[in-house]
Amino acid sequence: MTNSVTEIRRGLKQGKFSSVEITQDYLARIAQHNPALNCFISVTDEIALEQARTADAALASGEAAPLTGVPLAHKDLFCTDGVKTTCASQILDNFIAPYDATIIENFKRDGAVMLGKTNMDEFAMGSSNENSSYGNVANPWNTDYVPGGSSGGSAAAVAAGLTPAATGTDTGGSIRQPAALCGVTGIKPTYGRVSRYGMIAYGSSLDQGGPFARSAEDCALLLQTMSGFDRRDSTSAEQAAPDYSAALGQGIKGLKIGLPKEYFAEGLDARVAGVIETAIDELAKLGAKIVDVSLPNTGLSIPTYYVIAMAECSSNLSRFDGVRFGHRCQDPVDLEDLYKRSRGEGFGAEVKRRIMIGTYALSAGYYDAYYLKAQQLRRMIKQDFQQAFGDVDLILGPTTPETAFKIGAKTDDPVSMYLQDIYTISLNLAGLPGMSLPVGFSDGLPVGMQLIGNYFDEAGLLNAAHSYQQVSDWHLQVPEAFR
Amino acid sequence: MSDWESVIGLEIHAQLATRSKIFSGASTAFGADPNTQACAVDLGLPGVLPVLNREAVTMAIRFGVAIDAEIDHRSVFARKNYFYPDLPKGYQISQFELPIVGKGHIFISPAEGEHKEIGITRAHLEEDAGKSIHDQFPDQSGIDLNRAGTPLLEIVSEPDMRSAKEAVAYARKIHSLVRYLEICDGNMQEGSFRCDANVSVRRKGDEKLGTRAELKNINSFRFLERAINFEIERQIELIEDGGSVVQETRLYDSERDETRSMRSKEEANDYRYFPDPDLLPVAITDEDIADIRASLPELPEQKKQRYIDELGLSDYNAELLTASRETATYFEAALAAAPEHNAQLANWILGDLAGALNKANIDTSESPITPLMLAQLISRIADNTISGKIAKEVFEAMWQGEGDADGIIEARGLKQITDSGAIESLIDEVIAANPDQVEQFRAGKDKVLGFFVGQVMKQSQGKANPGQVNAMLREKLKS
Repeated sequence: MTNSVTEIRRGLKQGKFSSVEITQDYLARIAQHNPALNCFISVTDEIALEQARTADAALASGEAAPLTGVPLAHKDLFCTDGVKTTCASQILDNFIAPYDATIIENFKRDGAVMLGKTNMDEFAMGSSNENSSYGNVANPWNTDYVPGGSSGGSAAAVAAGLTPAATGTDTGGSIRQPAALCGVTGIKPTYGRVSRYGMIAYGSSLDQGGPFARSAEDCALLLQTMSGFDRRDSTSAEQAAPDYSAALGQGIKGLKIGLPKEYFAEGLDARVAGVIETAIDELAKLGAKIVDVSLPNTGLSIPTYYVIAMAECSSNLSRFDGVRFGHRCQDPVDLEDLYKRSRGEGFGAEVKRRIMIGTYALSAGYYDAYYLKAQQLRRMIKQDFQQAFGDVDLILGPTTPETAFKIGAKTDDPVSMYLQDIYTISLNLAGLPGMSLPVGFSDGLPVGMQLIGNYFDEAGLLNAAHSYQQVSDWHLQVPEAFR
Repeated sequence: MSDWESVIGLEIHAQLATRSKIFSGASTAFGADPNTQACAVDLGLPGVLPVLNREAVTMAIRFGVAIDAEIDHRSVFARKNYFYPDLPKGYQISQFELPIVGKGHIFISPAEGEHKEIGITRAHLEEDAGKSIHDQFPDQSGIDLNRAGTPLLEIVSEPDMRSAKEAVAYARKIHSLVRYLEICDGNMQEGSFRCDANVSVRRKGDEKLGTRAELKNINSFRFLERAINFEIERQIELIEDGGSVVQETRLYDSERDETRSMRSKEEANDYRYFPDPDLLPVAITDEDIADIRASLPELPEQKKQRYIDELGLSDYNAELLTASRETATYFEAALAAAPEHNAQLANWILGDLAGALNKANIDTSESPITPLMLAQLISRIADNTISGKIAKEVFEAMWQGEGDADGIIEARGLKQITDSGAIESLIDEVIAANPDQVEQFRAGKDKVLGFFVGQVMKQSQGKANPGQVNAMLREKLKS
């Protein structure tokens, strides 16, 4: 049994095992471990086995597509035709989309097998996966700890080997932060690289889908399937994706990597900083040139992000009104009652908080002070990066200020929770690609390192991460209980 | 009454005649079964995204070019947020800052010889909402989302109109223009063309505008005029009685011919407009605008000027003939068949034909008398085959479907008598039968001539050429 997408592809092609066999293995692991971890909201056994049988037939007839027979899981905010899509919310507890998201279509086209839909923070709002109406997810490295969020179910499922890979979405760090906290590799592509069609929106100008896997090599394969122009998403980039796998193995000799001084300042856990510094030394040994850069507006990224993301979500979530789909309250007395109770009962506390703040930020008399100001700051943050990328090829830093925290530790302190995203959030504001890869441990919990690339340079990120993973084995570590 | 001045501005929603919706591929055809023309995007399902129908942008620019408006190179869609059951996403995609069409203007002619320029503040694109149906299910409302996502062009005028009559003239002018441009079918019953009126009053000479009320639910030009007039009187009475007008939305009730308060400003929504992050700003190049300009048909103003300059028609007739594209098309088709008779054609089209169409309540395009038939009729008057009076009879027969003018003249034996021998014998008969009147005429009573003409025409059953009868009678009576 292997957890590598690359090896699964090879094994399937060589006939070492069938897709049905490996799918059954993963389904068995899910059955065994999911009760403790709660990574999955839905497990789609029957669909998985049927897709696996089709994949085996395709493999046998030599008609295999890039991911034929490879099992994986999807974050439960990608719409799947005929399979429940909940966004981990009571308001969508009964929602079955009549269509597939573009990336789901892409995975079907490329032959992948769907194991199930993963747990998450409700509507992707959270950094700990504690905001799920289906219960929190546990971190496989220590089940008393959070896996990060919002794509916590996907990250934990990959870390525990319940799936070789999974999809996620990243609005402010929702792929990179749980990847870091669970010790897996995850990439958030450039805004516009992956279609948002069928991905239930949180912050439309920030949301971007991307993969989780064990390695950069595996992420390259998945990203290939996910990427590309989609005419159904007007913000999708009208340019073809390069061959990500072919870009691996170029090495990083002479690559100029910038360290933003603001990412190594106060607030960063000293032990995390130590682990990151060791990884930087490793990259230097591989020939990378390490220089200092500055992103002076980093401190503004959190307030800027929360105004924009909450403003957008307050509008995006208006469609959940109990009228056409989703939860509707019992016996509404009138229209207002229908709205108030359906939404009041359907949404969780954090979602309500964000809708309220976002509504406020867009209100007459406050729009200029909040939303418009945030858009100005957003441009400044973007300019910081553009300036830095004038000097360097990649930017590097910690993914999070600290390792995973205990379940419940920050639930009463939203601001401290929001600070989890201090290093990740500005990329979403700028629309830049970033990835997190495991580079060591602190007190038995994984530490993630973030690489930030210039626009549409996912290949550069994957190549740098791959180079590091060729000389390290942090990405191959599996928590003892799940070996 | 006369101390008061009313100030009126209109917001017109013209449904654009695109085949598919503004942000989805679903059809825009009217009258399908409920919710059969609403796709996932129109239903606002989770995860769906809008994709702009560029044809709607082209149509908006056609309008902009036609009203000589500023058209920016960049236009932005914004979300207008409010909850309503037939608004699937909880927001309407509209435009706020940076509409497609900026400041422009149009000329109206509210009465013969009057001309006035009306400013158009802006025209922006937006999606229509669905329809709530309250009368089909007991205790429940139905929602039909077929209309959701239909493209609308909202045309906002300056408060430049000073009477209900001017407002109607403006609305008609816009109605005619969008039909000329083929961007809207103009069907008011089906809601393809809707008018809201902002009405306020102030004392003559006041600079400051009065508080306005917005009138909604007006679905004909007649109701527009009535609603505005009712509202003007209501506001004047209110102020003269010591009250004040509150800013509010009022619904027009055509059955009771009154306006009723719907919601006040305090109850109004804060729409929380912000740029829609799902849509990129629309880029419009100078080439786009030039191409669209080149593709425009001859517009009513240009047509009218041509009729005056080249055909020598009166300003008034030219205005009326160009008031609708259908009338102008009819006129031009008839003119092609009888080029030398433009004035007569204009008179017949604006007179008898318009009257008959109006009476039958049908459009020019549905007229049983084709342009060629009318041209033939007029040619027969001109070549003296029939008199103008007989022509009315032929016209009526053509309207009833008895065939073309030549056929009817032949079948009914209406051909004018121009044979002077035949006319002379009729005259002789009449003179012989009326010796008294002959005496009177010869005694200098010229008016009696009319009596003789009438008698001769009667004898000929109207078929004698009246000019000939007149001339020959004079000769005979003198001798």
